[in-house]
Amino acid sequence: MSANSIIQTTHLSKVYKNEVVETIALNDISFTIEKGEFVAIMGPSGSGKSTLMHILGALDLPTQGEYLLDGENVEKLSDDELADIRNRKIGFIFQAYNLLPRTSALKNVVLPMRYAGIPKEIRVEKATKYLKMVGLENRMEYAPNQLSGGQQQRVAIARALVMDPAILLADEPTGNIASVQAEEIMNVFQDLNDKGHTIIMITHESDIAEHAKRIIHLRDGKIINDGNGHKQKRAKNH
Amino acid sequence: MDFTESFLESLGTLTLNKTRTGLAILGIVIGIGSVIALISLGQASQQAVQSQIQSLGSNLLTVQPGSISQSGVRGATGGSTTLTWDDAKEIAASSRITTVQKVSPEFSSRSQVITGGNNTNTQIIGVTPVYAEVHKITITSGNFITQNDVDTMAKVAVVGPQVVTDLFGEDTDPIGKTIRISGQMLTIVGVTESKGGSGFMNQDTIVYVPLTTAQKQLFGVNYLTSIALEAKSADLMVSAQDEVGYLLLERHKLSDPTQADFSIMSQQDILNMASSTTGTFTALLSGIAAISLLVGGIGIMNIMLVTVTERTREIGLRKALGAKKKVITTQFLTEAIILTFSGGVIGIVVGVVASYIISILISMTFTLSFSAIMLAFVVSTAIGIIFGWYPANKAARLQPIEALRYE
Repeated sequence: MSANSIIQTTHLSKVYKNEVVETIALNDISFTIEKGEFVAIMGPSGSGKSTLMHILGALDLPTQGEYLLDGENVEKLSDDELADIRNRKIGFIFQAYNLLPRTSALKNVVLPMRYAGIPKEIRVEKATKYLKMVGLENRMEYAPNQLSGGQQQRVAIARALVMDPAILLADEPTGNIASVQAEEIMNVFQDLNDKGHTIIMITHESDIAEHAKRIIHLRDGKIINDGNGHKQKRAKNH
Repeated sequence: MDFTESFLESLGTLTLNKTRTGLAILGIVIGIGSVIALISLGQASQQAVQSQIQSLGSNLLTVQPGSISQSGVRGATGGSTTLTWDDAKEIAASSRITTVQKVSPEFSSRSQVITGGNNTNTQIIGVTPVYAEVHKITITSGNFITQNDVDTMAKVAVVGPQVVTDLFGEDTDPIGKTIRISGQMLTIVGVTESKGGSGFMNQDTIVYVPLTTAQKQLFGVNYLTSIALEAKSADLMVSAQDEVGYLLLERHKLSDPTQADFSIMSQQDILNMASSTTGTFTALLSGIAAISLLVGGIGIMNIMLVTVTERTREIGLRKALGAKKKVITTQFLTEAIILTFSGGVIGIVVGVVASYIISILISMTFTLSFSAIMLAFVVSTAIGIIFGWYPANKAARLQPIEALRYE
């Protein structure tokens, strides 16, 4: 494992069992993601990309194999230890934004810092800083239902960044957003990546995936392709 | 997570669905309110009974026919006819009785009292003059039964003020008027002072007649229903009880004290008995109120379970963002406690107002039970913790992926 790797999975597999059938969701997944990478994980539905995202996000544990997140072995941890890992290491961005309803943008961004026990003054200061960064300094007191889909997703990005996590984990971040706004969100992602943030994005849209530098293709729980994206190159050629 | 913040957050969530929150609180309000009201009323009636009994005189012993059973509850007195005037005379005369200073033989019965078109059913007591001293009876007009009345079997009566009102109307002077009891015409010679009170031992409704008149002319009996004794001092009550007890055992030719065909009770004994009766009633009613409190608690639990299910996605999100089990538990427990505690506070107000109104309606002194209020605070909070615990834990145990997937 290189000193720069932030995610390393070794022979990872996940099997769901019920009384009747055994479903193999992930089968022998091994890959490494370096610090500062922008990776898209692609695949049709049922390919296991959501399961992989849950494991990478410490929301679930693998059945077999090893997962190192920023040097910490995420295995056999208790629920509370996993919660702590998610809080410190991972910034989640969901397809449905998942902001707390009836709660202002500012309070939504403050939330992870409350769970981390960061003092109140610092919380507001940092939340304000990140909301400014995503261009929402005039919308800080707005509740989610007063914001457009793109604006809500930008609040979610600010919330994901506020704990300064090792990785940003985005699950279909543009899935619910009109294409013009989707492009804006991808620009935000690229800016963040240029500033050195590690981003892992799950998507099934190839034009969105092509914003990434590297694309991992999954099918039936296996990696079938791990290669470079194209748009990124084009953007750099401008 | 500081407390104020999570408190405000819980408060915010609760005010979102006001009807549901209100109904959940109502269950607790009714429970706490009825407990407070019933405990307050129970204590008030206990105090009323105590003051009534104490007003009868403190050095008083009462001898009644019938025996005390082993549990301490006295058997029926009406059927027993073993106590006689001679017993009373012997107690007064015997040189062995050194601690008793006054002896009042009494015959008491209920009967119809008639005058003109009016009649009332009330308590008739056949007495001797000493009755007024032993029972602290004060006369407002006329005079009490005299020794001469007793000796001559005079057809006279002394009545309570309520009897006057019932038979002759308000503001009438009944002295010299006649009443009819068991076919005998009696002339009213005195009216007793109003002592108030209701129900148990209301002295205002009693008609006093000479003991001889009661026994021979009205009811045709030769026994007594009780002998009231006044001990020389409060310290001598126990010795007086013993002295009189042994004398009567001897007179009734009984060797075994457990076979006694009479009982001697002090004011304290009567007080204890009455207190334990009202105490039992208070406990019984409070028990019923406590059941309604329990039902209220189950209502809270139900609402909290619905809330947890409704907010599954929110819980999942919070856990994904790093909320530990304790944080989630605290959040939902706080909501449950806010519900029950505010229900408790409103319930205390409702209970106090209710017991105040009832105490006016049944003309009883209003007592505010401080201990009941403290209890209500503690109990309502405890109900929040107990019935909020299960839903809060259910929320905390939700797996973040399951919760995030939940639609």
